[in-house]
Amino acid sequence: MTIFLTYATVLLLAWPLGLYIARFMRGEGTFSDVLNPVERSFYRLLGVRFNADGSAQGMTWQGYAKALLFSNLFVGLIALLIFAFQGTLPLNPDKVANMPWWLSLNTAASFITNTNWQNYSGQSQLSYLSQMVGITALQVMTPAAGMAVMFALLRGLMGGQAGRDGQPQAGNLGNYWVDVTRLSTRLLVPVAFVVALLLTWQGVPSTFSSAKTANLVEAQTITVDKEATTVSTQTIPVGPVAALVAIKQIGTNGGGWYGPNSATPLENPTPLSNLIQCISIILIPVALIFALGAFLRRPRFGVMIMGIMSVMSAALTFAAVMAERASNPALAGLAAAGGNLEGKEVRFGSDATALWAALTTGTSNGSVNGMHDSFSALGGVTAQISMFLNDIYGGVGVGFINMFVFVVLTVFIAGLMVGRTPELFGRKIEVREMKIASIVILLQPLLILGLTAFSLATPSLTANLNPGFHGLSEVLYAFNSMYANNGSAFAGLGTGSSVWYNVAGACELILARYLPIIGPLAIAGLLSVKKVSPETSGTLRVDTPVFATTLLTVMLLLQLLNFAPALVLGGVSEHLVGSVKPVTTPAATRPAQTRPTPPQLVLNGASK
Amino acid sequence: MTTSNESTPTPAFDSSGGSVRTWLTFTALTFALGGLLYPTVTTLIGGALFPAQANGSLIVQNGKVVGSALIGQTFSAERYFIGRPSAAGSGYDPRAASGSNLAGSNPALRKRVQADSAAIAGREGVQAPQIPADLVTASGSGLDPHISPQGAAIQVERVAKARNLSAEQVRSAVSAATESGLGQPRVNVLELNLALDAAKP
Repeated sequence: MTIFLTYATVLLLAWPLGLYIARFMRGEGTFSDVLNPVERSFYRLLGVRFNADGSAQGMTWQGYAKALLFSNLFVGLIALLIFAFQGTLPLNPDKVANMPWWLSLNTAASFITNTNWQNYSGQSQLSYLSQMVGITALQVMTPAAGMAVMFALLRGLMGGQAGRDGQPQAGNLGNYWVDVTRLSTRLLVPVAFVVALLLTWQGVPSTFSSAKTANLVEAQTITVDKEATTVSTQTIPVGPVAALVAIKQIGTNGGGWYGPNSATPLENPTPLSNLIQCISIILIPVALIFALGAFLRRPRFGVMIMGIMSVMSAALTFAAVMAERASNPALAGLAAAGGNLEGKEVRFGSDATALWAALTTGTSNGSVNGMHDSFSALGGVTAQISMFLNDIYGGVGVGFINMFVFVVLTVFIAGLMVGRTPELFGRKIEVREMKIASIVILLQPLLILGLTAFSLATPSLTANLNPGFHGLSEVLYAFNSMYANNGSAFAGLGTGSSVWYNVAGACELILARYLPIIGPLAIAGLLSVKKVSPETSGTLRVDTPVFATTLLTVMLLLQLLNFAPALVLGGVSEHLVGSVKPVTTPAATRPAQTRPTPPQLVLNGASK
Repeated sequence: MTTSNESTPTPAFDSSGGSVRTWLTFTALTFALGGLLYPTVTTLIGGALFPAQANGSLIVQNGKVVGSALIGQTFSAERYFIGRPSAAGSGYDPRAASGSNLAGSNPALRKRVQADSAAIAGREGVQAPQIPADLVTASGSGLDPHISPQGAAIQVERVAKARNLSAEQVRSAVSAATESGLGQPRVNVLELNLALDAAKP
């Protein structure tokens, strides 16, 4: 029920929103033109040059890429410094300490890449300044950057940004500063503002005061190291939470204020706040696909992309819901049968948590409202598949960019199969474009499988919480999530205090964000200066069901076959072993569980 | 009207992506607008419109904060309804909010559930298959304020006895504390216990 409500609301809202995005990105008049004077003052500060006709100076793909890379570099460096010195900086009422360098590095890399993998627990390891200026600022900027690149890419496919005369200017992909500004001021910030107020209404804190203290109704005596102490108070961390949570969802960021993310009642208090956040996760990703068809003036192509993404989304949501409705094997004979509730909140139940998991892993959002590590084995597999594909609507902007690489590849393969020159919208795909696409595609298995294998082969680095097949899945999930710039985690993995996971993760995050963005941008730049051959009856059409099926097949084959062995060794084996086990055998005596388990349970890893 | 563009040479497009000055200005704008302006304005307006929620939905009794309606607390006495197992620090500690992260295949989870299941069965005088799953599973945050209505139902007899109330009286308190509508039906344990305390300490 909630599931249909979510999808229906999203489709209803995303359609007009997408058309609006396409209009203002094309520079056509919209009601948001009231922001023109504000935006012009930003352009003046940034030193944006304007042509005689009043349009901003265009950029080549190299210029566009450099603007993205260097501005991100500076923003990331300053964020890193804020985390590393937050203890001595202002806005720190709860006296939070500085972050060590490797954790600052990982956190900065994670937020500048729109990943929001969190190796820390926000409510106790970040100051208000870090949360606002470090985290929230990047959560506003990075989705705008991702979307900007998508529109630059679309302009390339159309032969370049159109001039005032309506003719495409070969090589001109648009102006990065103008794109990022418009997408922030006209889309991200206003939508996030509304969502933030709705969430505050539902109970998400929105204050600058320090943590509250409550006197417990029943004081508890707890024993730590054989010493009994009485706990009579509860510290309730609050803060400017709602603003962060809103942009975290709207911008497919995912990094929460509290450690357990949107499972925390203060971050996601009610089923209604859960519905609002679920909708927010996929609202702009879906709207952008509507925008894409309108922007290209090729609605059929937009429908084809939307169709593929929606089919995958529905299939994986269904799989996740079914997997989580099954009882947790550890409860067999010890409690009533019912959905898997370990790591889940009663107010959401297993269905709403499974739906969230499918949406958050498909869109590179990565926020969670339940702990994925405690999902059923197959529930974990569906989440991993969503992240391997990483374009089921996808991160804002980058979802289509990821799929675009496969569009290029499919055009090439299909062209060879039917013996025609591979062309995309009338422009030839040649050796250089294919080389770039291949590098981008190969990077994924190389990084994910390479880093996973190395971490597993070096037991002193592995740090898995759960033994057996699941331990392998924890490591695979971590590098998969970081490659997908997703940020959700099998949070039992002790990454928080591990220099290895922090530093290797930071490198993977950066490579996996920028190469798959710059590569397609380069392809678009190269295509935009090519001669257009007119479409004839002999042209391979890319907006037909036949092409859609071919594209889907290519994606599934290439991406999933790379990772099928790892998934079989992990989640699939875990599921099979669990399902052949007679319910009366105590799990503790099972022979397969001989992996050494590291000693500590890392509490702060919960949100990632 | 401009003349035909077919033959005009490509205009000069920027290939430099700006200068250090541009990148630094962009950085400053990002932090000032996204990091200070947006969250500050949003936080102040949200706080002004919904002051109670904005400050953590605190429950105040006789001038003392006794908890948040959104966050569970540990209960162990006979006269109280008891919430779910918590992996947050020593139990329901919001600063250490966390799930157990234990997989269904992990023997440690099986062991924990065995212990909890036996304890509940003994305490409430019920058989294992009558215990709903939420009472033996740790929530994702470790702060879950709710249990299922079935989870409350099996505790009614014990609480009624400890408080010298009839089971019927306790049951009506439970239904008063039950929320339904959107989402799963659920009982807020802290609010239920406070209501019982107020009715009959």
